[in-house]
Amino acid sequence: MASTRARGNGPQGLPGISVTGRRAATFCLLLVGALCVQATRAQVFESADLDHNTANQRLTIERYARPRGDILVGGRPVTGSRPTGGRYAYKRGYTDGPTYAAVTGFASQAYGNSQLEGTEDGLLTGTDGRLTGWSLWDAITRRQNPGGDVHTTIDPAAQQAAMSGLGGRKGAVAAIEPATGRILALASTPSYDPGDFAGSSGADRTAWNRLRDDTDQPMLNRALRQTYPPGSTFKVVTAAAALSAGVVTDPGAPTDAPFPYVLPGTTTPLVNDSADCDRPGLSLDAAMTASCNSVLGYLGVRTGLSKVVATAEGFGFNDPRLDVPVRPVRSNVDTSMDPAELALSSIGQFDTAATPLVMAMVAAGIANDGTVMRPQLVDKLTRSDGTEVELMRPAVYRRAVTPAVAGQVRKLMTDVVEDGTGGNARIAGAVVGGKTGTAQHGVDNSGTPYAWFISWAGPAGSDAVPPVAVAVVVADSDATDVTGGALAAPIARSVMRAVLGR
Amino acid sequence: MATPSAVTRSAARPNRPVPSRRTTELVLVLAAVLTAVFGYVEVGVNLDGEVPADAARYGAEFGVLALAAHGVVRWRARYADPLLLPIAVLLNGIGLVVIHRLDRATPGREAASAQLLWSSLGVALFIAVLLLVRDHRRLRRYAYLGALVALVLLVVPVLFPPVYGSRIWIVVGPLSFQPGEFAKLLLAVFFAAYLAVHRDALALTGRRVWRWHLPRGRVLGPVLMIWAAFVGVLVLETDLGMSLLYFGLFVVMLYVATARTGWIAIGLGLAAVAAVTVGRLSPHVHSRVVDWLDPLGSIAAGRGANQIAQSLFAFAWGGELGTGLGNGHSVLIGFAAKSDFILATIGEELGLTGLVAVFLLYAVLVSRGFRTGIALRDPFGRLLAIGLAATVGLQVFVVAGGVLALIPLTGMTMPFIAQGGSSVVSNWIVVALLVRMSDDARRPAPAPFPAPGPEVG
Repeated sequence: MASTRARGNGPQGLPGISVTGRRAATFCLLLVGALCVQATRAQVFESADLDHNTANQRLTIERYARPRGDILVGGRPVTGSRPTGGRYAYKRGYTDGPTYAAVTGFASQAYGNSQLEGTEDGLLTGTDGRLTGWSLWDAITRRQNPGGDVHTTIDPAAQQAAMSGLGGRKGAVAAIEPATGRILALASTPSYDPGDFAGSSGADRTAWNRLRDDTDQPMLNRALRQTYPPGSTFKVVTAAAALSAGVVTDPGAPTDAPFPYVLPGTTTPLVNDSADCDRPGLSLDAAMTASCNSVLGYLGVRTGLSKVVATAEGFGFNDPRLDVPVRPVRSNVDTSMDPAELALSSIGQFDTAATPLVMAMVAAGIANDGTVMRPQLVDKLTRSDGTEVELMRPAVYRRAVTPAVAGQVRKLMTDVVEDGTGGNARIAGAVVGGKTGTAQHGVDNSGTPYAWFISWAGPAGSDAVPPVAVAVVVADSDATDVTGGALAAPIARSVMRAVLGR
Repeated sequence: MATPSAVTRSAARPNRPVPSRRTTELVLVLAAVLTAVFGYVEVGVNLDGEVPADAARYGAEFGVLALAAHGVVRWRARYADPLLLPIAVLLNGIGLVVIHRLDRATPGREAASAQLLWSSLGVALFIAVLLLVRDHRRLRRYAYLGALVALVLLVVPVLFPPVYGSRIWIVVGPLSFQPGEFAKLLLAVFFAAYLAVHRDALALTGRRVWRWHLPRGRVLGPVLMIWAAFVGVLVLETDLGMSLLYFGLFVVMLYVATARTGWIAIGLGLAAVAAVTVGRLSPHVHSRVVDWLDPLGSIAAGRGANQIAQSLFAFAWGGELGTGLGNGHSVLIGFAAKSDFILATIGEELGLTGLVAVFLLYAVLVSRGFRTGIALRDPFGRLLAIGLAATVGLQVFVVAGGVLALIPLTGMTMPFIAQGGSSVVSNWIVVALLVRMSDDARRPAPAPFPAPGPEVG
């Protein structure tokens, strides 16, 4: 040990307790320092990741800790919040779930949110930044704003009429106020009660599984999230395109449409459903009134692909983001077709497919002098105390056709109702314009056809823009006479009557 | 062993009056009591929307307890360190508030009133230690008896059924008792006494292998015995935390006493061998290691969040400032939320700010303990104070590191804060001993004669 140098007061000149004790103290303080570093890691740098971990229940607990804001129809809430007594304190309730399911969607503790419950979730739960007053102070105190309310544009009378009109059949209704784009009714049947699976219990799971596995797809919103071949209702678009392009200048004058009309490049004639159509040179007005495939197919080809597509896109076709704010699926008209395909597309067949919402926009655009308003489902957003967060203003979507052409098409549509296939939509004391459609589908057209009707209506003798436009589709009905005029027009009529108050 | 530096320091200015600092202590104790009462009120306001009606009564009860302790310090340990008691009171108060808050989330399993009772017993023992132990040096006489009792305390739980995988409990009817908490006290006394006598032999003798001085076999014997006890606790009781604590305490005290880094190398080497072996062989310890290596692994494996993951979720939710007492969801951690995992509630509801504040309270407590040890004059007292301070520091690290996933989780309790009677009572005794020794360290030497002058050093 002779080699040990004397360095301290301890044995053999080793450091004494004063020195080693300080070193040990430093070691203990380093341990505390390591704890502080690790705590900072967990609480600051990794906290967002941990908060959003799927196994972390806190976000869900917070989300259901307070009553959710309401969705209102006609100023009255159609939703509510029910205390559960469980870990998730409140669950969603619906005053009339099936009637408004296509509007509200669902807000389920276990299965997430859809439709307005989904797009307006931040406002309804209270996390929306627009609800905060003093955001820094709120952040420090972690104050949670009570959820705000969503006021919809839905007209309860129109919605009720649409639902009872559809009844037990599979189908959908979309109704719009043409001058503003406000959606007045949005119905889809068969419907479901979103309150059945709002919680997270076993009963909720059973209800969800039953609805999910139902082959009738009750949770599918057919008004927004399903396209159907529009059939003859698309002839309104074709007629508007032909008039815009100058292919037809006087709807009452004979056209050069041949009969039979053989699809270009094929030997297949385009057949008609009505014998009234089976002669050459019919006027556009006569062709629309009797819904002649040969004439409109011919006029579509004469008008040309680009002009037909452009007119259709003016009404909302081919727009993948037509958010209302719920996003509808894209309505399609092909942009690259040979003349035979264009002829079929012009009568709403081939690959042409539309949501009821877009077909309602067609009727609404015609009613509003050719100007298509952006469809909106939300009227205004308010805080829980009723003060306004955001007020929706009408916005022009596109000017599809000129007012002159729109006027000519309105005349065509009123003739369809007065003298043609749309007689079932007539309303006493009102001007009604419409167009029927009966679309074939399935392999070799084996499926039960889709029955369509699109229309608008206004009080007789009024120059104002008609207050309602509507599109109805009835799919897979058991009725023997599946035509738009027989099945869909009465539903459209009752929705229009509800809005007109007659 | 003479420690000239300390003698020099106290002898250099004998005439300057040493302030007793008792008024500082009184103010700090009152502030600690008020902080706890404020916490109790906050829980009530956040959960019920109103100030709890019994806040004043609980505050008064807790205040009387704290003031009784302060009074005895003033009477019997006039020159004691003024921070030790207030920190103990504050940590105990925070623990009571958080346990009360967790009681509200677990109806039917109230623990706060029992904890208050244990705290009262702890304060009573604090007072008893100050009254009975007038000079800490007398504890040396009981060192070997204490070591024997400690061994018995460590062995007895093996006879009882395991609780959550560890055999660290003695259960008699409704009462359960964790003897390890008291064994650590007795072991610290024994180590201090043993090392105070044998530190020269341990430091001087031995062979030199390369750069390290290794002790001779005869001296090494007791060291290996301690290591065997460590492994025994680890294997028989499957309690990683306690064995880590005992062994860490022993290594720290051995180093402080002998200044031989070789001891640290030997100690860490032996501990590593034992830990790795047991980690491989014991499924209980192994699963803890697996959870530590990948706390979120069980989620990816589809088995949901384990307790470590839930604990991390709680810390993360707290963020910088916390949710406020009563507004968190740390009850999701499940069992042991009030004991081993109580720190997660503090992290969630008081935030990083509150958590670091609690860590700093422990850091100050530990550093005042070390300071007492360094300032004392007798080797036994110096080693004992340092040993006790190191126990608190190591225990805080092992528990907090476990719930923060810094090290594998071990079943141990946060000193003063966590639910558990044994823990609260034993830690009050630790603080009582530190108060007693700090009084001795700071007390001015009785100077009936004029100052001897600096040449004495």
